[in-house]
Amino acid sequence: MRGWLRADGRKGIRNVVVVAYLVECAHHVAREIAAVDRDAAHVIGFPGCFPNDYAQSMMERLCTHPNVGAVLLVSLGCESFNRTQLENVVASSGRPLMSIVIQESGGTRRSIEAGRDWVAEMVPDLAAALTVPMDVSELVVGTVCGGSDGTSGITGNPAAGVAFDMLVAQGAACIFEETGELIGCEGVMEDRALTPELGIELRRAVEKAARYYATLGYGSFASGNADGGLSTIEEKSLGAYMKSGQSRISGLIKPGDLPPRGGLYLMDVVPDGEVRFGFPNISDNAEIVEMMASGVHCTLFITGRGSVVGSAIAPVIKIAANPQMYERLSEDMDVNAGRILDGAASVQEVGVEIRDLILSVASGQRTKSEDLGHQEFILTYKRFEPIGPSCLPF
Amino acid sequence: MTKAPTDSRLLLLGPQDNVYVLRAPLNAGATIDLAGVPVRVPRDLSIGHKLARCAIATGQQVIKYGAPIGRASRDIVLGEHVHVHNLASDYTPSYALNGEPT
Repeated sequence: MRGWLRADGRKGIRNVVVVAYLVECAHHVAREIAAVDRDAAHVIGFPGCFPNDYAQSMMERLCTHPNVGAVLLVSLGCESFNRTQLENVVASSGRPLMSIVIQESGGTRRSIEAGRDWVAEMVPDLAAALTVPMDVSELVVGTVCGGSDGTSGITGNPAAGVAFDMLVAQGAACIFEETGELIGCEGVMEDRALTPELGIELRRAVEKAARYYATLGYGSFASGNADGGLSTIEEKSLGAYMKSGQSRISGLIKPGDLPPRGGLYLMDVVPDGEVRFGFPNISDNAEIVEMMASGVHCTLFITGRGSVVGSAIAPVIKIAANPQMYERLSEDMDVNAGRILDGAASVQEVGVEIRDLILSVASGQRTKSEDLGHQEFILTYKRFEPIGPSCLPF
Repeated sequence: MTKAPTDSRLLLLGPQDNVYVLRAPLNAGATIDLAGVPVRVPRDLSIGHKLARCAIATGQQVIKYGAPIGRASRDIVLGEHVHVHNLASDYTPSYALNGEPT
């Protein structure tokens, strides 16, 4: 495994140009610029015109993600995003940086031209950039599930957990999330915390999620779940929780917090304070984006119904939970965990396959969603308090 | 605890579990082999449903994935379908979940 060494000591498994729009009004120009080389140039951005501390810090983290080698900022000119601060963060990371302000650059066409010229200059440099050896212990891997059904919790999620256990044992950092789907797991999760104080923080995070979703009017156990064979809320949550494997939990982080060392981390994605700005995460890619802000090099995505998404910046490895969906969507799926249902493979065997694939993808092998050109990205408004001192005990 | 499943249609998710999970649908009347004991399935069951791996007494925890998923609300015999009719959530929320405890 080899990676691109960044000034902060982290290493990237890809070396892309990020084209970042700083308000929706600059999105089209950013998209047209990146279209000149869709493999090398990935579009990210924040659509809002009103300022938001969370979005600002997310954009700073994403523009300095280890998989990013150069940054082009696209501003309309009158949005309230703090572009100067973002420029300073990127510049001090040592990455090549250019900013285009559409209102000062002669409008859409000239901005696109200027942006494309810069990307065309960057791409050969990034392709030729030297790599250095990279160890498994330097990897950060995330996991999400979406389009879940009754099979996710007995095939793909436990197999992803096996892969996580092996990576954590080798010193990698692994992140799981979605506290709203862990209601009923507080007890077992608390027991896995490295310290009792961290255990209390994990429990509080789940309780916060339960309150938040209750305020929004969404319970967690529906009659459809019972049709799929699930009997209780804790049984349903345990299915999602299986993604985390069996390792001790080393910390609780929030989007943008970097795991300080190897180990297993829970990401609390539910905003703090009163309910505002709507749902914590409006779709799966919002979770992937938050994982990337915390530095994941790639994300495992376990799906039962069959999600097809990928992501900008960091590859997504898609794991099909049942054999029927795998048959229908095999062009989109990297792993067929449905073989566990067929009896053709054990959870352990599929877990090893997932771990091996993570290492191959980290070594440059492209995922299905990368080959198909998926580069989804979404970032919306949120508000978080910093994590408490017990959340990262060591 | 009984031995590993001898019927390939059953999945054991954790060594301590006292339920198996179906990895294939079963039709009413089908016979399934539970560690040498033939058990007749009384109704159609789809993938993901649970069968008791051993007798589970009222009040005893039901274990899946090596973790409790609730307690038997009445005595459950070997091979019996374990679901909402004989398994109750052990989870007593300190906050209402849609006002509907499961």
